[in-house]
Amino acid sequence: MAKGPNKEELSKLDYTLPSTEWMDTPVEFKPGTFCWGAKGKNLQTVEFPNARDWTPVEDDWKLPQEWEGTVLEAMADRLSKYRSFKLFMDICVRCGACADKCHFYIGSGDPKNMPVLRAELMRSVYRKYFTTPGKILGRLAGARELNVDVLKEWWYYFFQCTECRRCSVFCPYGIDQAEITMMGREFLNLLGLNTDWISGPVANCYMKGNHLGLEPHAIMNSIEGMIDDIETITGIRINPSFNRKGAEILFVTPSGDLFADPGTFTAMGYMMLFHELGLDYTWSTYASEGGNFGFFTSNEMAKRLNAKIYAEAKRLGVKYIIGGECGHMWRVLTQYMDTWNGPADFLEVPVSPITGTRFENSKSIKMIHVAEFTADLIKHGKLKLDPSRNDNLKLTYHDSCNVARGMGMMEEPRYIIKNVCNNFYEMPEDTIREKTFCCGSGTGLNASENMELRMRGGLPRANAVKYVHEKHGVNMLANICAIDRATLKASMEYWVPQVSVTGLHELVANALIMTGEKERETNLRGEPLPGKEGN
Amino acid sequence: MRVLFPFFTVIVLVLLAFAGVKMANLHFLFGVIIPYAAITVFIAGFIYRVVGWGRSPVPFRIPTTCGQMESFPWIKQNKLENPSTTLGVIGRMLLEVLFFRSLFRNIKTEFREGPKFSYGSDKWLWMAGLAFHWSFLIILIRHLRFFFLKVPYLIHVTESLDSFLQIGAPLFYITDALILGAVTFLVLRRFLIPQVKYISLAADYFPLFLILTIAATGVLMRYFSKVHIVGVKELAMGLVSFSPAVPEGIGVLFYIHLFLVCVLFAYFPFSKLMHMGGVFLSPTRNLANNNRAVRHINPWNYPVHVHTYEEYEDDFREKMKKAGLPVEKE
Ligand code: HEM
Ligand code: SF4
Ligand code: SF4
Repeated sequence: MAKGPNKEELSKLDYTLPSTEWMDTPVEFKPGTFCWGAKGKNLQTVEFPNARDWTPVEDDWKLPQEWEGTVLEAMADRLSKYRSFKLFMDICVRCGACADKCHFYIGSGDPKNMPVLRAELMRSVYRKYFTTPGKILGRLAGARELNVDVLKEWWYYFFQCTECRRCSVFCPYGIDQAEITMMGREFLNLLGLNTDWISGPVANCYMKGNHLGLEPHAIMNSIEGMIDDIETITGIRINPSFNRKGAEILFVTPSGDLFADPGTFTAMGYMMLFHELGLDYTWSTYASEGGNFGFFTSNEMAKRLNAKIYAEAKRLGVKYIIGGECGHMWRVLTQYMDTWNGPADFLEVPVSPITGTRFENSKSIKMIHVAEFTADLIKHGKLKLDPSRNDNLKLTYHDSCNVARGMGMMEEPRYIIKNVCNNFYEMPEDTIREKTFCCGSGTGLNASENMELRMRGGLPRANAVKYVHEKHGVNMLANICAIDRATLKASMEYWVPQVSVTGLHELVANALIMTGEKERETNLRGEPLPGKEGN
Repeated sequence: MRVLFPFFTVIVLVLLAFAGVKMANLHFLFGVIIPYAAITVFIAGFIYRVVGWGRSPVPFRIPTTCGQMESFPWIKQNKLENPSTTLGVIGRMLLEVLFFRSLFRNIKTEFREGPKFSYGSDKWLWMAGLAFHWSFLIILIRHLRFFFLKVPYLIHVTESLDSFLQIGAPLFYITDALILGAVTFLVLRRFLIPQVKYISLAADYFPLFLILTIAATGVLMRYFSKVHIVGVKELAMGLVSFSPAVPEGIGVLFYIHLFLVCVLFAYFPFSKLMHMGGVFLSPTRNLANNNRAVRHINPWNYPVHVHTYEEYEDDFREKMKKAGLPVEKE
């Protein structure tokens, strides 16, 4: 790597603690570990307060007057609205079980990246203003005043948490730092303190429907390009529809799949599968983003963006919705969408038109995961598959944090993998399923200016991949998340360059024998299929 | 400061009880008034805190799922780690509360040159935690014998189970050794594990020191420096029957023990010890993961400003038409 963080330096991890107590250790904005500040125009687009350009490294953050009052008022408000927040402020016993579970702590050695300390950054302020011991005893009770330095510390560390919930799995009370980080980011956003890489996509999602800001014709162009590629590879011309009223199914996927490799291969995979099934579905250019950058901003912003999905389903008159491969998107859909924007009584309980399976577990939200849909097809023998087409791959599978810990879909993707690929090896048990490690760049941290942070946070995951690479010769990392497809690609290139990254439905489409296809010479990436290398 | 302050607080508390009883003869204060006050504060405070939490709604159903969700009949759901029914949630909570399920998962992340990580099982905290809490509970149950004229059968059973390792007389209780050992371990790990030391507050040392001293004075009374047990029973019976009387000659050690217990009770509602109540309310554990099947209601859900399809079409109508996309308004 020519540019970017020095690998040798990142490999030397030092867990020695500072000699000063954490409250006396000032936050240091190390280049490469934080994102640029939000631009005024993007905040303005979504009517956010204190919209202005600002720079995190400058002393003056151009905070509004009386900002302390704003934060404390918001804190009081959220304490009365979220039992989780209030409880998690009160009951931590500081046992330290969560401390070494965070990928950012493991990869950086910075003690404030221990989930318990990240929470204490907020708790200390909570104690000062909302608890009697904190008010009386102050520092002795672990309380401290809210001031600019504390605010900057919040900003630095709440944008070093990917809300992955790994800490929450290990905490005896289920204390979830993701909840606290979300609150922290809400407060920061009241002062106009978002990051550029989150607020830009939020504005894009709001105005254009997707985080990349692809306008309607650009979405179509991108998909046209994929269709051409599919025709080259399979000889089949497929013909997807957009914004089509009366379709049975609305399909929503993260827009990252329309934009860059290897996400585009996954998108090709969906389309090939749906074409082969003759599925009556439509894309939408209005609800063209499954991901939700609002979720990394504030509850209200997340709801505002999410609203488009049901609204579009209603406008088009579809029966139900299928969602593509994405991580946090599925936590949002599972745990928030119906509560925010439901009830979706204008939709029907999803029924697979091919197998007749009724998805009872989604009978309220009326939206199913494409991996569930596909697993059901395979189980019913509805797909003709030739897994040997993936024989060049030795595969391992990364559980996305949110799908694992905010939903619990663990077997469906594995079932699919085992049916479309002959060589599958699991990473060590403590790094998969509910204990899976974050890619290191979730929740809008996948910018380029914070590459050191991302590579540090990605190290535990990469390390587990490296282990199976060395042990079994694994050369491909599968996942079901659009952010993963972008971020793991970068962290693999950095830490384990022998391993590439793929979405699940790319593998499915490679193995899928389509009706009337020509003899395939290459996979979706244009690489020769196993046994065809000589041609 | 974080260690010394709680340490000296406990010493001052001991001296206070000693001076109050031995020198100032305030038996009634330490034997009756303070215990009543402490138990009142405990009950009222506990309820106040739990009601306080209860007043904040649970706007979203956010269980942390730790196993396979409910899916097709042919995929096995992990009903305890990812429950979709109330029964499953009860099972999950019982495992949490009785056996510290999540703490049992604990692994230790180790770093080696390379860089390489390895993850080893680390059950020490879980073991010490269980030993401490269960001993505490059993000791509490055993103490109830003082409050009954005729000791209930259940307490007898607890006692005889606890003392099956009979060493001499008086009966030796296993939990006495366990609690001393476990709390000592918990204190030591706060001193010796650098990360844990770094995060520890005075409020983390204080309950440990307090409980250690309570257990130590209890053990002293029982095995070494006998106090007048019949008198203790009389005092206890007086307290529960609301006709308090202070018998003569119980011994100052008892009053120290009792005073520290009172402090623990009174301190409880204002401290992290409230995790006892909180663990039952934790939304990441006590909710079923049935979000997709049953709509969860947020009582403060409010309408938000969205960018509607109509506005979107207004922004892009010409481009959409050119690309051949259907539009609502020509
Ligand atoms: C439903 C009841 C309770 C549950 C499920 C529970 C659970 C736990 C767990 C899982 C821990 C962390 C592990 C450990 O450090 O041992 C803990 C810590 C602790 N608990 Fe409890 N607890 C309960 C009631 C109590 C009670 C009644 C007390 C008594 C006074 C208590 C005192 C403590 C203390 C002092 C610690 C901190 C230990 C340390 O500093 O390392 N707990 N509890
Ligand atoms: S595991 Fe839970 S209780 Fe223990 S320190 Fe972490 S957040 Fe606090
Ligand atoms: S949610 Fe994930 S990133 Fe955030 S503190 Fe917990 S383990 Fe770390």
